[in-house]
Amino acid sequence: MSKWYIGAGEQNDVVISTRVRLARNISEYPFPCKLNTKSRTELNNLIESTVMKDNKYNLRFVEMKTMARFEAASMAEKHIISPEFASDADGRAILISTDEDICIMLCEEDHIRLQVMRPGYALDEAYELANEIDDNLNEKFDFAFDNNLGYLTQCPTNLGTGMRASVMLHLPALTISGQISKLQTTISRLGLTLRGAFSESNGTVGDIYQLSNQITLGISEKSAIENLKSITLQLCAQERQAREELLKSMDTDDAIFRAYGILKYARVLSTEEMLRNLSLVRLGSVSKKLDLPLETINELMVSLQPASINVNAGQKLNKFDRDVERAKKVREMI
Amino acid sequence: MLCQNCGKYEATTHVKRIINGEATENHLCSDCAKALGYGDAFSGFGNIFSDFFGSFFNGPDLGALSAHTLRCEKCGSTFSDIVENGKVGCSDCYKTFYDKLLPSLRRLHGKTKHEGKIPNIIQAELSTEDKEINEIEKMEQELKNAIDAQEFEKAAQLRDKIKEMKDKEAENNE
Repeated sequence: MSKWYIGAGEQNDVVISTRVRLARNISEYPFPCKLNTKSRTELNNLIESTVMKDNKYNLRFVEMKTMARFEAASMAEKHIISPEFASDADGRAILISTDEDICIMLCEEDHIRLQVMRPGYALDEAYELANEIDDNLNEKFDFAFDNNLGYLTQCPTNLGTGMRASVMLHLPALTISGQISKLQTTISRLGLTLRGAFSESNGTVGDIYQLSNQITLGISEKSAIENLKSITLQLCAQERQAREELLKSMDTDDAIFRAYGILKYARVLSTEEMLRNLSLVRLGSVSKKLDLPLETINELMVSLQPASINVNAGQKLNKFDRDVERAKKVREMI
Repeated sequence: MLCQNCGKYEATTHVKRIINGEATENHLCSDCAKALGYGDAFSGFGNIFSDFFGSFFNGPDLGALSAHTLRCEKCGSTFSDIVENGKVGCSDCYKTFYDKLLPSLRRLHGKTKHEGKIPNIIQAELSTEDKEINEIEKMEQELKNAIDAQEFEKAAQLRDKIKEMKDKEAENNE
């Protein structure tokens, strides 16, 4: 089975992947900001040894300091860990499943940041598994909890359920038709956030957005997931409608095939240029104009960002060499 | 003039702020001024104002912050530590600074009462509490019936038992 960040799941013409994250802290320990490296390492080891007693989810323990910087950055590019977590290895570790669809970050902003990832639209499924793992962990650890404030977290923005659920969306037609900023405003009023997933100097590229819940206190997990599901499906419907209009035009056809041409024949390809053209090629693929499986496009998107190219090369390359390497890999794959 | 923040010490710093055209003036003692980020006129404002999360805590009510001060017994954080870092030190901080945090939590989330998952172990405790409360309610009804039926001896026994259970409950809640 392919990894979650490559596989194509439900509603995959728009929804690339789903993630549910739960923040938990062990009640007897201060939060990570009040722990030094030694205490964080001790806590990580305690969590590891306790989890490994039954190891129900077949997780592997990895201390971040054992990983090269670009390996950690590559995991952040795949959205397996947060960029902030990748940037500082000190007193940090992960518990990760073989398929990389479960990843527990230890001593990130909270003691435990449990994440479950799925390809496509799978919010219920991801939440159910995250909830089950949470129950399993809670049998072993006493989590910081207050009857009024819910699960207690280092940052008050996560209090309550401690849950952040999100879907990664491809919205090229809504972007081209200039509707994103209006949608962002509307969505923020509903307690959700829509933001660009790839930021470059001149704004977001690749038309990929992350939609996530913002409020965690005073709303149950179930209601937050239902809200997110409803907004996701509405965005999917709007995007499809906008695509229908867009795809009527010869200009769009031309843009899709030109993008394909660049990816197919370029000799030097920056991340930004790749992401920009992949967006059009993805649109061509789901509208059956191009015969290219979505899995290939997903794989290009996650495996050819800067740090991941370094991982494949086994060393840190300079930008030009990476751009050459990227162009070569893209040519081979499409 | 006494400090408007702590009300204990002589005010030595005069702070005038204009936010959205609305001017507020505060007279603070040197400790409170420092804790609120007005410590040194030459270094400008403290990072309370530059910190994104910290900015959630900047209510118009300066009195909510105090410099002479409460520290969390478990991790030693003061409320101004939390404001400056945007990070809470430990789970006990939420108890220690509950009242001070509440307005910011309301601004952040719109609500201040958790809904949703409760850890199984706490769920079990809660349902035992519920059971005890139900028991007391049941006995109070019995007591009323006993009085109505003029069974005073039974009523006295029930009254003592109810008192005992209520005392125990109050003890648990302390």
